[in-house]
Amino acid sequence: MRKLLSLTLLALAGSTAFAGGYRVSIQGQKQLAMGHTGVAVVNSAEVAFFNPAGMAYLDKKFNLSVGGNALFANTKFQNSQYNWEAETNNLGTPFNVYATYKLNDWFTAGLAVYTPYGSSVEWDQDWQGAHLVNNIDLKAIFVQPTISVRMGEHFSIGGGPIFATGSVNFNRNLTTNPLLSVDGQPADVTLDGKGITAWGYTAGFMFNPTDKFRIGMNYRSEIIMEARDGDATFSDIPLFAGPGSNPLLNPSQLVFGDTKFDADLPLPAELTVGLSYQITDKWLVAFDYNRAMWKVYDALVIDFDNSNLNQSNVPTSENQRNYKDASTYRIGTQYKANDKFTFRAGWYFDESPVQDGYFAPETPRNDSMGYTGGLTYQVNSKLGIDVSFLYLHFDEVDNSYDYYQENGNSLPFGGTYKSSVFSPGIGITYGF
Amino acid sequence: MKNKFIYLAIIAAGFASCEPEFENSVDANYTSGDADFSSYVAVGNSLTAGYMDGTVYRVGQTYSYPNLLAQQFALVGGGEFTQPSYAEDVDNLGGIQGLAGTRLVIDASQGRPENIAGASTITLTPQATAYNNMGVPGAKSFHLLAPGYGNVAGVALGQANPYFVRHATSPTATVLGDAMSKNPTFFTNWIGANDVLSYATNGGAQSDGVTPANDHNVTGNTNPATYGGNDITNSNVFASVYSTIITTLTSNGAKGVVCTIPSVTSIPYFTTVKWNPLPAESTISAAPLYSFLSPLTAGRISPLSTTSGSTNPLLIVDEDLTDISSQLVAPFTTFITGYLMSLPDNQLTLTQAQAQAALMAPVAAQLYGKARQATSNDLVVLRASSVIGVEPNPGDPFANPFDVPGVTMPLANMYVLTANEKNKVANATAAYNAAIVSIAASHNIAVADMNAVMNQLVSGLRIETGQMYTANYFSGSATEGQVLFSLDGVHPNARGYAVIANEFIKVINEYYNANLPLHHPSYFPGINIVTTN
Repeated sequence: MRKLLSLTLLALAGSTAFAGGYRVSIQGQKQLAMGHTGVAVVNSAEVAFFNPAGMAYLDKKFNLSVGGNALFANTKFQNSQYNWEAETNNLGTPFNVYATYKLNDWFTAGLAVYTPYGSSVEWDQDWQGAHLVNNIDLKAIFVQPTISVRMGEHFSIGGGPIFATGSVNFNRNLTTNPLLSVDGQPADVTLDGKGITAWGYTAGFMFNPTDKFRIGMNYRSEIIMEARDGDATFSDIPLFAGPGSNPLLNPSQLVFGDTKFDADLPLPAELTVGLSYQITDKWLVAFDYNRAMWKVYDALVIDFDNSNLNQSNVPTSENQRNYKDASTYRIGTQYKANDKFTFRAGWYFDESPVQDGYFAPETPRNDSMGYTGGLTYQVNSKLGIDVSFLYLHFDEVDNSYDYYQENGNSLPFGGTYKSSVFSPGIGITYGF
Repeated sequence: MKNKFIYLAIIAAGFASCEPEFENSVDANYTSGDADFSSYVAVGNSLTAGYMDGTVYRVGQTYSYPNLLAQQFALVGGGEFTQPSYAEDVDNLGGIQGLAGTRLVIDASQGRPENIAGASTITLTPQATAYNNMGVPGAKSFHLLAPGYGNVAGVALGQANPYFVRHATSPTATVLGDAMSKNPTFFTNWIGANDVLSYATNGGAQSDGVTPANDHNVTGNTNPATYGGNDITNSNVFASVYSTIITTLTSNGAKGVVCTIPSVTSIPYFTTVKWNPLPAESTISAAPLYSFLSPLTAGRISPLSTTSGSTNPLLIVDEDLTDISSQLVAPFTTFITGYLMSLPDNQLTLTQAQAQAALMAPVAAQLYGKARQATSNDLVVLRASSVIGVEPNPGDPFANPFDVPGVTMPLANMYVLTANEKNKVANATAAYNAAIVSIAASHNIAVADMNAVMNQLVSGLRIETGQMYTANYFSGSATEGQVLFSLDGVHPNARGYAVIANEFIKVINEYYNANLPLHHPSYFPGINIVTTN
């Protein structure tokens, strides 16, 4: 029977990673279950992510939260004008580790490790949108040493630097035109950037005017992931367009040979404000508002190293994105039934940063509504087991990406997209 | 414990199958409307056969517009669609053994079109099978009704067609008869282009390249059995034959689409080579000849421009001009004598030079008897591009200086469709198209106006998604994606056939209340490039 399980999980892993825009709001079992609210909630070490200022209000001296999710993201695409159908089924595994330690009454230190950005989409190789993306796998891990300082009874601040490390792997066809192909296999390029690092910061405050009412604000800075000297690998390039086809070093002749590339990918800043209210001893409600500064993602520009024109002469690839800043509205609640069980539920509306006409299949994301739930089973006073689930509902959407150019013609690509995301998660909370 | 793992496995599988579903599936609204595609038969010529790059080849045939249409018909009840077998064409070279050359490709090392290297493996082995695609390359309207058009014995005599020989059900079968044996419920018919096109592509010349071919609208000859291969079919003959074809195809109640014939001015074969392509710098040595001919030819030939950056027109033979060669002999004797004496290494005496000139002058006079400079009303055919300016025997001292084609040697009849010839083609095309439209109307059959579509290509055809396509000939990879014609300059490439199939689909959707999806042309191949040939 162990075998049956492992085979099933293996099949899931084979379809790899998840869909959606590349912000993945799954940063803790308890808070995800409450609609991913938390900027004004003091529940566990998860607050190190949601609002470091809140660490100071944790009751226990040491708090640890460890969790992970299986994120199943499926998107289907169709276009009845041309009878096209395609889909991508992906699995992601966001995880998080949070620890806090109260050094004294006014000072708490902590460490947060989490995965707030990531994207993985894998369409069928050479599908109709292959000139935009065949597959993409974007990973980022944030490591955040954090401190929280309590300033009197009602107010605290917190924050810390963020060290981000990530990688990106992206494959797409060079063109829709079969001119560039070998034996019917279209020419494609894989961009692989590894070990990309960058720094940012998080900072916030929490204000508790009464012992039942909390207000919080948190700001996480923008981080630009700068891929430098990544590997660009070209496949199925016909000889007449491959390395060695330009011995005269003609600067206007395109040559598609393996080379290096530079590209910047912004991980946008996010501002969160919110409040929570303890209605009864057992019952808490929380509201969060997030503003993600996606406007920074104006274009994805990929610059190729063309220092040897007989090896590679690839024009700079400018992919218009023109994202807009986007808001998320969250509500969550928690009911502590008894010493053993706590139940949670939540809802949120997540506005897509993608504007009409810029709907690229690499991030097939429109507005969505999230439904969440979960519970904690307290094994003893120190150890609790948390489970959560998330269901993200996307409406069917007709949209297109209109900014792809080929042969001086703009070649829009669009159709109807429908996504669904489901994510169960499990974690533990430990503290003393 | 075991049970827990089973539950976990089931839950995991359940999550993975949490699939998004569309309100309407992609094919929810596809319908055949009033049409019945269960037996679709296409009749026509090379355009219907999927001919491209100068031949039919195995892969090219899969992009024939009838095959592209059949793929969409299959979504709404369309039956099997068969095409003549090209399994013999193992290496995808096209051609026919001993009869026709291989397909054209661009040789990247030379930057020009060439027949792909290798020998054709396509034979005339009879398949004796009626196919759904009954497009026969080279067929004219009346050939569809001609018994023996598929008889191998007639090929050498020019009375039969090797392509039809390959699949005619018997030596006496007709193309239309074989088509009807498929009991069509739906048909497309795009016949008629060759009734005028073979005249046009040969510059109005017979197969010898010089003698004018006949326009039977002028001769009044209504017996196609007596027509030469490059003659223009009498338009009354065309109308009568066309009416028989449509009456036959609709005899069992079949519906269908017929197409108008494209005018030659929309085809790159006639629009690629300009009438005045000669840079002034390259014609300086010919200037004395033109200055000499100018006063003798009453406006047919003008002095050349020597202004840097300007261009000069081609020198051509116009068979419709009166022959003035007899008036040119005497002046040429004087001109040639002077030319010979002026040569820097001349060792002839004046008398010797005069004697030699007297021999050469009648030949030269003959050369320019019907010569004139081209005008913007003339169309120069694509294959002239490999002839213009290329001396056939560069070492021959006696031919010099009268041997530079298009410059000092007038281009032969076959290379130019003169304004007069062009008018004959245009008049015939207009008459055929009028017949097609009126016959279709009387049988309640839809018309796809391919003439109008092709004419749009001249200025650029914008398709439903906003891309622009043109009738330009391949001129480099930067614009390759907009080119719809194959390297022969007459037939579409695969991308062009996709555009044509879409025009059919739009007509079918409109006329027969169907809803069929289109093909997206940008995913279809255009030109084939080989690194070396």
